[in-house]
Amino acid sequence: MITEDPRHQDIHEYLAEMEDIPGTRVFTAKRARQGYHMNQFAMSLMKDENRARFKADERAYMDEWPLTEDQKLALLARDYNRCLDLGGNVYFLAKLFSTDGLPFAEAVSTMTDMEFPEYRAMMMAGGRSPEGMRSIRANEAAAAAKKEDR
Amino acid sequence: MARITAGVASSHVPLLGVASDFNKDRDDYFGPIFAGYDWTREWEKAEKPDVIILVYNDHASAFDMKIIPTFAIGCGERYKSADEGWGPRAVPDVEGHPDLAWHIAQSLVLDEFDMTIINEMDVDHGLTVPLSMMFGKPDAWPCKVVPLAVNVVTYPPPSGNRCWALGEAVRKAVESFPEDLNVQVWGTGGMSHQLQGPRAGLINKEWDNMFLDGLVGDSDHLRRIPHIEYLRETGSEGIEMVMWLVMRGALGKKTRALHRHYHVPCSNTAIGHMVLRPDNGEGLDMTGSDTVTAIAAE
Repeated sequence: MITEDPRHQDIHEYLAEMEDIPGTRVFTAKRARQGYHMNQFAMSLMKDENRARFKADERAYMDEWPLTEDQKLALLARDYNRCLDLGGNVYFLAKLFSTDGLPFAEAVSTMTDMEFPEYRAMMMAGGRSPEGMRSIRANEAAAAAKKEDR
Repeated sequence: MARITAGVASSHVPLLGVASDFNKDRDDYFGPIFAGYDWTREWEKAEKPDVIILVYNDHASAFDMKIIPTFAIGCGERYKSADEGWGPRAVPDVEGHPDLAWHIAQSLVLDEFDMTIINEMDVDHGLTVPLSMMFGKPDAWPCKVVPLAVNVVTYPPPSGNRCWALGEAVRKAVESFPEDLNVQVWGTGGMSHQLQGPRAGLINKEWDNMFLDGLVGDSDHLRRIPHIEYLRETGSEGIEMVMWLVMRGALGKKTRALHRHYHVPCSNTAIGHMVLRPDNGEGLDMTGSDTVTAIAAE
């Protein structure tokens, strides 16, 4: 367990570290700005009347929002990894999961390389191990060292 | 004088609210999770807290992207259960304690914590699930609640150190409130979980249990864990554990554990739960110790 004094953290170093985690998009200010309207769109699905209008014509409903074409396509395709790349946040995107009637864990599993039954079995068996999943840089360094060994 | 008599930590997975509301809480899947709270439910009946200061985070329910308060305190008379997209949970309204809440808010600002004041809001599973876990399904919640919302969604959230210090300031504020109140502080969220991206489903039992260990006794090393450590070790949503540190900070220098529970999984998440007593010579008796004995004997 690292227990550094976090009181003097440099914001640039801090943000660079956020990008060093495999398979993870930390919801930084940059993503929050990029995805502002996508998340606010998702938030609008908290209201019954909006859900009904969205379900009747998804494209038309999204056209009312200042979303990029990429964002609209990612949302239409329910490509949640792509949504994260375009600034979506999972707590906001969850409004779309529930509009679709999709259980949270099942929606989450679509972002992994597993089908839901396999994902659920992994969770029942104790979840995904953090081994080898902590740092992109560390993984690259380990791979390079291994290559040198050969 | 008001005093903080205990701290409670608990995960707040929304699915636990569903299990409780639809009476699935004793089935094969949820039974082992809820069983770990049986001790606490009996203990709470004996403790009879007047007010819970409930540290939680909103999940795009009361707050959207328009306004992102780092620390917000609810000073309202009452709060309704939020509609999170499938209708509001059928749980009682949450009754606030505006006198205490405003007293804490003012004290915190003088103590250089620049709080956001919330007079009206709905509260989501982050707040209502812990109430269900600790109190079951009553017609009305047995105590008042001061919601204390922490931003752990948009980065950077407050540091663990700042959360701990906020807890210390909350303690000072509570102890200067003239009314004789039995106050608990609850820290909610966590433990390890990741709800997004290809790494979703991450769980780290070893790290979670080190964190639980670190809440007990007089060590304050947990306050110095940087965000990146939570992210790497406990998943992108494991960062919620900084909210437990507000609770821990409010218990003073030393604590002892009365109860501890850990279970994997609940949906995507590791469930952690702990009951702590401040142990700084407050002279708090083992209220609830009969319960401890009774359950130990079972």
